Amino acid sequence: MDRNRGRRLWELAFRLGAILALALVVGPAAWLLVGVVAKAAPHWRWSVLFTPTTGASGGLANAITGTVVLMAGVLIVAGTLGVLGGIYLAELAPARRGGKQGSSVLRLATDVLSGVPSITLGFVVYIALVLGLHWGFSLAPAVVVLSVMVIPYIARSTESALAQVPTGYREGAEALGMSPGYALRKIVVRTALPGIVTGLLIALAISSGETAPLLYTAGFTNSFPQPHLIHTPVAYLTYPVWTFYNYPSNEAHTLANDAALILVVLVLILLIGARLITNRAERYSEGTGR
Amino acid sequence: MTVVGGDAGGLSASPPPNSVSRLVGSGRADDASRSPGRSGLFRGAARVAATLPLLALAGTITILTVKALPSIRVNGLHFLTGSAWKPGSTYGATVRTNGVEHPLGASYGIWPLIVGTLQTSAIAVVLAVPISIGAAFALTERMPTWLSRPLSLAVEILAGIPSVILGLWGVLTLGPFLAQHVYPLVADHVPDVPVLRYFRGPTGHGEGLATSGLVLTLMIVPIITATTRDLFRQVPTLPKEGATALGMTDAETARRVTVPWVRTGIVGATVLGLGRALGETIAVAMISGAALNSVSANIYGTMGTIAAAIVTQLDSAYTDGTGFAISALAEAALVLAVITVGVNLIARLVISRSGRLTAPVGRSG
Repeated sequence: MDRNRGRRLWELAFRLGAILALALVVGPAAWLLVGVVAKAAPHWRWSVLFTPTTGASGGLANAITGTVVLMAGVLIVAGTLGVLGGIYLAELAPARRGGKQGSSVLRLATDVLSGVPSITLGFVVYIALVLGLHWGFSLAPAVVVLSVMVIPYIARSTESALAQVPTGYREGAEALGMSPGYALRKIVVRTALPGIVTGLLIALAISSGETAPLLYTAGFTNSFPQPHLIHTPVAYLTYPVWTFYNYPSNEAHTLANDAALILVVLVLILLIGARLITNRAERYSEGTGR
Repeated sequence: MTVVGGDAGGLSASPPPNSVSRLVGSGRADDASRSPGRSGLFRGAARVAATLPLLALAGTITILTVKALPSIRVNGLHFLTGSAWKPGSTYGATVRTNGVEHPLGASYGIWPLIVGTLQTSAIAVVLAVPISIGAAFALTERMPTWLSRPLSLAVEILAGIPSVILGLWGVLTLGPFLAQHVYPLVADHVPDVPVLRYFRGPTGHGEGLATSGLVLTLMIVPIITATTRDLFRQVPTLPKEGATALGMTDAETARRVTVPWVRTGIVGATVLGLGRALGETIAVAMISGAALNSVSANIYGTMGTIAAAIVTQLDSAYTDGTGFAISALAEAALVLAVITVGVNLIARLVISRSGRLTAPVGRSG
């Protein structure tokens, strides 16, 4: 009898503990989001979206367009290379003995690279490209460092999406006499597309929120992005947050808070978009009786 | 900025669903390599793309080592054990040591930064692991879908919040709140005995070790929670039902069946979180008080980490005409890279060593 009461108490403690732990995760997240909105909302002006920065005042139009340009660059460079790398890891790498897909060294390198701190990568690109090749603070080194950061992520999510394509689809394609390349393009990659796109969206969210490596590669400027890959600094949204929050003027604080709000909205759109695609894909694959 | 989703770096508990097709796939790959043309070109491009991370990793270590050589030659082992970060004379006076030109009086030691990096990461991991496992249980066990879906999404959103935003919130909102309402309370009521003494003393203004550790906790909790949640979902229902049928409570099922089933995955997720905490830069640079030369006397004091120092010292490094300050930063970055790559390699080895997860049901403890 006594023993059972102890067990019941443990059970109660377990459940309360789990709910408390969840509250400790979700509570601060809500506090954070509400805090960002509450700091920015009282002084919010829509003109922030259309005026460029002048010193520590003005608007954020240059930073917004700069971030969009950086994201486009990452999408082109890291999107292409990451998806290609993922396809290689999942489909093309030669098999080792025992039938297991090979290239475990490449996979290990991909995982380890994703664990290297972004500041380290930023500093290396600074030494090699900004100083070494005299590119200066500009678009090209910034896109390079952001791409190196997210390629491992895109490659692994692409690989994982391809691995989930049902075996029957591949066998069906082969039974219909499709060539391997045709089957890969028309059946396998197409089926895995929602997973691949989700990975790309999250990679974009990562690159839009990065600060440390960009301080070393992109510089900052009050003007809009120029059509130059090198020698011309690019503005980005995280810079005003990092720099202006401890400036003395209220205008600078307002800009920092506004930039934080715009960043949060941007990241929320990307992450919720990714979640919606995943949910839809799940429902669709259930519908086809997988 | 942190990452959640995908395969979380090979932590899945189930074997790949198409191991048969992988055999088939490799056969087709051979066909493709034999036939020239587009498919061969594509294959080549894909192989190059897949090799890029390896090249980037090797390039990172090589470039940092080469750039750090002057600092290694002048500072020697003192770089790791010393606690002075002195850029030296700013009036252009330079001297030569071991054939390296550097400003007069320049000397670099990152011991306080190494300690700070380990302290903040330790706080984060110690707090994050139990919270994450608890939260993952709350999300997966006996919670209705209408509630667990939005809460799950909230966890993923927290993982995606840029670190500069967490830093801003930490320095403007959380830090001052804790310094006003929480830290004094703790500092006054903790007994003056060894170890706990560390929690006493002046509590500062909210910028320092404790706040940095707590914000880092908040950054890695969603990573570990989301991964652990996905792992728990992969545990088959049957052994859990069996445990319940044997009269186990939920807590006992969790301890005897669910957690042992995915233990390797949880260890892997924890080490990933640790790696993230070791390398976090911007948030810590904003919250830690950015000290360079001292280890915090108690848990509330200002401190610095290697990553934060690299970013806060960039501007002053420009002013060193000999480039020696950049070399010192490169050595600091190299130390950080070696630590994080080491941690990640160990994690991957742990995960692959234990191989496929076996059913631990029936084993006691």
